[in-house]
Amino acid sequence: MNSKLTRSNLMGWQFVLLPSIIIVLFSFYPMIQSLFLSFQSGRGNVYHYSGMDNYVRLFGDPMFRQAVWNTLLYLVVQVPLMLFLGLIIAYFLNIPKLKFKGFYRTAIFLPCVTSLVSYAVLFKSIFAVDGVLNGMLLSIGLIHEPVVWLMDPVWARVVIVVAITWRWTGYNMIFYLSAMQNIDSSVYEAASIDGASKMRQFFSITVPMLRPIILFTAIISTNGTLQLFDEVVNLTNGGPGNSTMTISQYIYNLSFVYTPNFGYAATVSYAIVVMVAVLAFLQLKVGGEKK
Amino acid sequence: MKKFGTGAIHFFLITVSIVSLFPFAWMLIGMTNSSAEVIKGKFSFGAEFSNNVAKLLEMTNLGTAFWNSTLIAVVGTIATLILSSMAGFGFEIYRTRGKDRLFGVLMLSMMMPFAAIMIPLFRMFSKMGLLDTPAAAILPSITTAFMIFFFMQNTKSFPRELLQAGRVDGLNEWSLFARVYMPTMKPTYAAAAIITFMNYWNNFLWPLIALQSQDKKTLPLVVSSLSSSYSPDYGVIMVAIVVTTLPTLLIFFLLQKQFVQGMLGSVK
Repeated sequence: MNSKLTRSNLMGWQFVLLPSIIIVLFSFYPMIQSLFLSFQSGRGNVYHYSGMDNYVRLFGDPMFRQAVWNTLLYLVVQVPLMLFLGLIIAYFLNIPKLKFKGFYRTAIFLPCVTSLVSYAVLFKSIFAVDGVLNGMLLSIGLIHEPVVWLMDPVWARVVIVVAITWRWTGYNMIFYLSAMQNIDSSVYEAASIDGASKMRQFFSITVPMLRPIILFTAIISTNGTLQLFDEVVNLTNGGPGNSTMTISQYIYNLSFVYTPNFGYAATVSYAIVVMVAVLAFLQLKVGGEKK
Repeated sequence: MKKFGTGAIHFFLITVSIVSLFPFAWMLIGMTNSSAEVIKGKFSFGAEFSNNVAKLLEMTNLGTAFWNSTLIAVVGTIATLILSSMAGFGFEIYRTRGKDRLFGVLMLSMMMPFAAIMIPLFRMFSKMGLLDTPAAAILPSITTAFMIFFFMQNTKSFPRELLQAGRVDGLNEWSLFARVYMPTMKPTYAAAAIITFMNYWNNFLWPLIALQSQDKKTLPLVVSSLSSSYSPDYGVIMVAIVVTTLPTLLIFFLLQKQFVQGMLGSVK
């Protein structure tokens, strides 16, 4: 019996070994290389150890500060907005006798099939100065002159937030909807008998019961926002005047657009690593504790 | 009062649906208009479609890009499914403390921002002489901790008696995997295939770095370079966007159930 168990244990390793090696090779190894690189300076393929130089530069780098600020701004504004919207939509779609549910669900989920590049370019054309959105807003009298969406530092950020929300709200909604379907309807019935309003039920039953899944989507979205790249590059290319540039784009520019400086780019990239880790930890602390 | 509530809910959901669908309508309409008309916000079908298609084919190597995207996505998906399901099978069926620990470590890779590993990856592929090949686009995500996790989760409900029965019939572990596990897990493979295909098909940052010559580019790279040129032709770009979106849209409508299952897969 025991030898059979050991044999089965060894059998298992032959299935997990190759995939594990691949992950180590293409994720962990580069991650460690990146750390070494962040203590080096140089150009092209010649690098030398330069101690903390890159880290000193990092803290005095206005462009880095701008990129971090922009990224955090997207995070703080966009993620809560999107998760809340997703929750409300899911809550409505979970109403038992609501008509056209299937249509709404499909329509709201559909943005998820577009590639990030495609929808970013689509939004760029929709938000053009003489474009379709300004035309519509002008014709209903909501604005009196065209808004220069993508050339204004504030509006450009708004457009990016709107675009990301458009692409991902349906994705989060699906998670909430499937979790809501697991809540026993008798909980709501009991609350109704006790006289709790729909609004009250939403905040006192639905949200607390979905806590783990909200936490999950919050971590996924935070992770995604901290790595934001495709949308910004294709919508505004970081402009106007770096006002929409994200950390990922800055790293890309440092490595492949400006004179390549892989060492410093690696240093900047470790800033994201630290932010991802800290924020995930905080979210787990805040969201995971109470039951 | 109750009637009013339902009405308001429908109004809200219809508004959100229109906003969600509008860009799709926009790209279909835009594809039939000239660039100037798209930029001017013309929201009705025009007569420029064949003109736009002709220009797109002239300006880009669309056929090649479509082939590159397809090759990378199909080969990448097949390889990812085989490798990730092997690991998911191994970690779950032959569970030991050592393997659990290894899996825990592998999960850390999910938190690693791609921007932090792309430079060493770029140098690694450059040293291996693989830059500018489909292999470069495929390899880095050929096994992911997320997919392994996905298969592990779904393996929990796999009926293990089937394995015992197979062993009695004299099958070794690899044939159990290939002939018993794989066929039984078809729905899981379908869901995983859709998600993986989408990731490869839509990937942008890594191909942007790894594929640099014109004839190696994938569809998102073509769309992006068209739109970042000095005078972008939006009618042409809309055609390119529709070509890029159509395959994933088709997959979604044909396999809606598996599609959603794949998205939800990790949180059962």
